[in-house]
Amino acid sequence: MEHLVYPSKGLSEQAFEKREVLFETWHVKAEYAWDTGVAIGKYLAELKEGRIVGRRCFKCKRVMVPPRMFCEHCFRPTDEWAYVQDIGTVKTFSLCYVRWDMVRLTEPEIPAVIDLDGASRGMGIMHKLGAVDSRAVKIGMRVQAVWKPPAERTGSITDIAYFKPL
Amino acid sequence: MSLLNNLEHPTDARIWRGDLPVYHRYTAGVAGEKFLRALKDQGAVYGTRCPTCGYVYVPARLYCERDATHLDDSTWAPVGPAGALVSFSAVWVDLDGKRLDAPQWVGLVRLKGASSVLMHYLQTPTGALHAGMTVQAVLKPANERVGSITDIAYFKPL
Amino acid sequence: MSMRRVAVVGAGMTKFVRRSQETGRELSWEAVSKALESCEMSLDQMDCVVMGSAPDAFDGVHMKAEWLSDGAGAWGKPYMRGYVGGGTGVFAPAQGWYHIASGLFDTCLVVCEERMSPTQPHPQAAFNSIFDNFTERALGPNLLWIFALEMNAYMNRYGLKKEDIALVSVKNKRNAADHPASLLGDPNITVQDVLNSEVLAWPVQRLDVSPITDGAVALVLAAEPVARRVTPKPVWIEGVGWCLDTAYWTNRDLSYPTYVEEAARMAYKMAGIKEPRKEIHIAEPYDPFDYKELHHLEGLMLFGKGQAPEATARGVTQRTGDLPVCPSGGLLGVGNPIAAAGLMKIAELFWQLRGEAGKRQVPGDPRRGVAQAWGDLMQVGTVVVMGK
Repeated sequence: MEHLVYPSKGLSEQAFEKREVLFETWHVKAEYAWDTGVAIGKYLAELKEGRIVGRRCFKCKRVMVPPRMFCEHCFRPTDEWAYVQDIGTVKTFSLCYVRWDMVRLTEPEIPAVIDLDGASRGMGIMHKLGAVDSRAVKIGMRVQAVWKPPAERTGSITDIAYFKPL
Repeated sequence: MSLLNNLEHPTDARIWRGDLPVYHRYTAGVAGEKFLRALKDQGAVYGTRCPTCGYVYVPARLYCERDATHLDDSTWAPVGPAGALVSFSAVWVDLDGKRLDAPQWVGLVRLKGASSVLMHYLQTPTGALHAGMTVQAVLKPANERVGSITDIAYFKPL
Repeated sequence: MSMRRVAVVGAGMTKFVRRSQETGRELSWEAVSKALESCEMSLDQMDCVVMGSAPDAFDGVHMKAEWLSDGAGAWGKPYMRGYVGGGTGVFAPAQGWYHIASGLFDTCLVVCEERMSPTQPHPQAAFNSIFDNFTERALGPNLLWIFALEMNAYMNRYGLKKEDIALVSVKNKRNAADHPASLLGDPNITVQDVLNSEVLAWPVQRLDVSPITDGAVALVLAAEPVARRVTPKPVWIEGVGWCLDTAYWTNRDLSYPTYVEEAARMAYKMAGIKEPRKEIHIAEPYDPFDYKELHHLEGLMLFGKGQAPEATARGVTQRTGDLPVCPSGGLLGVGNPIAAAGLMKIAELFWQLRGEAGKRQVPGDPRRGVAQAWGDLMQVGTVVVMGK
């Protein structure tokens, strides 16, 4: 099948730097204003108050975090707000040495999926761990939210600065 | 029951802002590279003529979209610089919808020898424009050309 | 259900490169011209065209399929784009299949193109927007987080070591050394090389990951009467399947891809497969990361949960093993132009089942293979079973 591979022209990064090939750059002007919606609007407002709120479905009994106004399993509206703990269990984590644009970090960020107490099993949220030696992080570790001071909260998931070991 | 019935405090609803932090770097491509270099270096507009169906693409392309024929070096030939005005418009608003002080004239030109038409600027006309009239490409001076479609400054009515 | 038999009768592809000079449209045409050449058919014999391409953000062109249409040979034809993220490359042939199986068309050109190199400063930036805009993006995540978190969950569940998983990367990059289109084939790479490579997001290291790639692949599909006329060696699409899990990725079992199992069950049922491990002779599971091959082999029910690493260590998945896995070299070796990488796997099964894979040919007259891809918000499984 060798003859069925077209000999396409690969370029080096230098070909661009030295302008050996013609190219154009384009900066897309894409800015968005998203409506938070009902469930997430409430979730963010509660975070500002230092609380984590979920939503309960009476049919399957699940408490969902972040909250949703409908249950995707039962396909019906959820029934009530339900506060959950700011304490939970690390389900998985990573030690990340690169930023979103692939700039290198000397100290790793520690993203984790955390199951919060009071939410249904497997209803993890993504957040970051802090105030911990990266070598000491373990799956199954118990952690608690470290909240920003009330004056610094804006109604954002980052109102929780990070989770630290209990 | 509407989901909105659950909105106890309408002020909870809020706007969250974000963007896409990317930009793009486009190569001109195999045919585009050759087309734009000819424009820059020779001041010539090239097309490619499909040996299967006879269609002449301007700008030149690597392949015929009608029958997938490879348009190799033997199919390249200059077209124009004169051509027929196929359509035109005077544009009074910019990308954001803002009113311009003077209109920007744009047109579609079928260069002599081409099958396809090319979109480009028109010189601000002194008289009436009409479809079918002859226009001609006006190139920027050689030392100002960079290998871009804007190396053609505009088309002027003859 | 009365459905017509559909065969793959032709395949072609571009080289997979880090940065192509070709535009996406030119890459598409290169792949199409090779696919048509392979079965000596012409564009006017193609009744319809399916284009698979992942996010518009990569090429940086909105309505990408429409933009790519001329290179894909879609001029004046019924044309559609399929898009299920990384799962696209194995979904597009399923779309081509139902275009023909339904009786609507006799032939279909299936094209998958991806060009990641235009995205600056890094394609990661385009992936950033797959995270929930309110509850996740504010944390400054990057795509590697998802993979690292999933890989760690998988390792933890079964007590796996990095060495167990690095074997996949070594196998695939070595296999790719025999692929004429490959970007990262390396006949001499070792487990130590993988373990010594830069840590990006532990447990993910540089050589655990497939490269940023530009490329395109095209297939010609035909209904049985046409297929029998144009080739003595049609390769039949025997089953297709796809399935989606919840969009809340942190709510999923990160150590097992249930959605892949569901997709595989759909495809196996259609193909009449009851014991996949015995009835399938080659597998091309999706391997953008080395652990994903293992994850997916288990989802495809070719190995029990947590057992793919041990089988890999025993050499079962080598090209000469009992169940060759990614004999092409996969995404880790040949390269990962998202949608095109998935369709490359279908092309590999086509060449392998016809005995035309050259140096990569799997011994023992393989008669049936399965290809699988995965994507969307890391939640879709797409599966195609092919046989001769």
